[in-house]
Amino acid sequence: MTALLEFDKVHKRFGGLQAVHDLSFTICSGEILGLIGPNGAGKTTVFNLINGVYAPDAGRIAFNGTNITGETVYRVARCGVARTHQIVRPLANMTVLENCTVGACFGRENLPLVRAREAAHEALAMVGLDDRSDTRATLLTIAGKKRLELARALAARPLLLLLDEVLAGLNPTEVDHMIGIVRRIRARGMTILMIEHLMQAIMSLSDRIVVLNFGKKLAEGSPTAVASDPQVVEAYLGDPKLAAELHRRK
Amino acid sequence: MLRQPFFWLITATIAVFATAPVLGNNVDLRESLILAALYIILASNLNMMLGYAGYINFGSIVFFGLGGYVCVWLVSAHAWPLGASLLAAGVCVSILSLFFGLGILRLRGAFFALATIGVNEAVQAFVENFGPWGGSSGIYLSPMIFKPLGGPAEALWIIYFLMVALMGLSLYLSYAVKTSKFGLGLLAIGQNEDAAAILGVPTPLYKALLYSVSAFLPAMAGGLYFLKSAFIQPSDAFDLTLSTEVIVIAMLGGQGTITGVAIGAYFYEELRGFLLTSETFSHFQLVIAGLLLLLIVLFFPSGLMGFIYKHFPRTQKVLE
Repeated sequence: MTALLEFDKVHKRFGGLQAVHDLSFTICSGEILGLIGPNGAGKTTVFNLINGVYAPDAGRIAFNGTNITGETVYRVARCGVARTHQIVRPLANMTVLENCTVGACFGRENLPLVRAREAAHEALAMVGLDDRSDTRATLLTIAGKKRLELARALAARPLLLLLDEVLAGLNPTEVDHMIGIVRRIRARGMTILMIEHLMQAIMSLSDRIVVLNFGKKLAEGSPTAVASDPQVVEAYLGDPKLAAELHRRK
Repeated sequence: MLRQPFFWLITATIAVFATAPVLGNNVDLRESLILAALYIILASNLNMMLGYAGYINFGSIVFFGLGGYVCVWLVSAHAWPLGASLLAAGVCVSILSLFFGLGILRLRGAFFALATIGVNEAVQAFVENFGPWGGSSGIYLSPMIFKPLGGPAEALWIIYFLMVALMGLSLYLSYAVKTSKFGLGLLAIGQNEDAAAILGVPTPLYKALLYSVSAFLPAMAGGLYFLKSAFIQPSDAFDLTLSTEVIVIAMLGGQGTITGVAIGAYFYEELRGFLLTSETFSHFQLVIAGLLLLLIVLFFPSGLMGFIYKHFPRTQKVLE
């Protein structure tokens, strides 16, 4: 397996806050890597560093064999990185189809308008929004907007898909639906880096998991190994020994 | 494109403009329509900035004024033929705008709007002190320049037809841009610039290109307009009033639509003509324009076409 994305000793600081500290990890082609960690651990900052919203203070980011450190947002998109946002960002007054056509037109394949529309239809069918293609994006429900984010990213036919909490804010039925969609995308061999707070979902979807805490890598490994790592449990729930101690005293 | 009804609608509009004053040799109608055509040119090109990409250009008149100066200067000082001077005006102003655009389009919202006024004021100040262009007293043209066109009377007709041609080109350009990949990128920028960039739209390049493209036809229109008046001075060429009127027109018709902006320009010109010549309301048009802008922004933010689309949804398929 070849490394598609490499993070090499990346640092990012915002004023007094060290958002990402000496972070190194790789994603191989075809795998799903889960990125977890408590609130404020720097997960979304990692996404913003990959797709060029922020330039790292130090370190190197390589994608598909080329150095993309400090590259502009739209060039990273052209290289084949597509993302969804935790807080949805639809192009509100454009139709669902137009939203996806933008993704396809300016994505990795740089498609002409007519072929981009076909790619957009395909992506919409993939997430089950094809019956809403003429609706204005702003009129969709939150679940619809989440699916639109995903379809728009897929329409770009990326090599790497960054999913930032696609399940957040959905009800249980919608969560099941969305997990089904992610599984179908995965079956097509897409490489995915996903942030998710819903543990059950990310544990079942990911091949490997990286745990962040205060911008540092706390643990890395298979979902089961990570879940039983005492440091990880501590970061999420507090000190397990202390918990056991308190329980014993009671 | 040839199969689209809207393309033929534009063509029909041009045909009406080109033939109406010729029938019966109606000079009054010609003078009214040439101004309407000028407003349509300025408003359509502004609309690409305002309606497609969502950038309010308060100083769009700088294209018109600079184009006028380049053209008039080439004709008077270098005796260039009119056609070549007009084209040179368009090309020069477009290239210059590309550089302005790369600079000021880093700004957004109110800051961009202020910068566009700044560009206009700076250019006006420069021209007022620029000797070869006559400083603040401007440049006069001798009637002799119209000799190759067959005298002043014929020249006015030729200028009219050229203005109508520029109007047609502006409308076709607006339509072509709107239905192209470039236009899709611009519309995405207008909706959410950050999201557009993340989707891969090369935003700085697209914005600068748009700024430059939207300068070309207004610059040529400025050339024609000042050839017609045979006189140019800084206070006429860089008059912010016209800039403001053009924004009112775009909002009145419905920003982002081509039909709405053209209709808005036509009616605004008619209204302005009526107010200017009426005894009670002389020079009252700016008060009306301000009032209109206020009412539109408050009650009809999507303008005339927004109203039409809402009540006759089918028109959306035909009228861009």
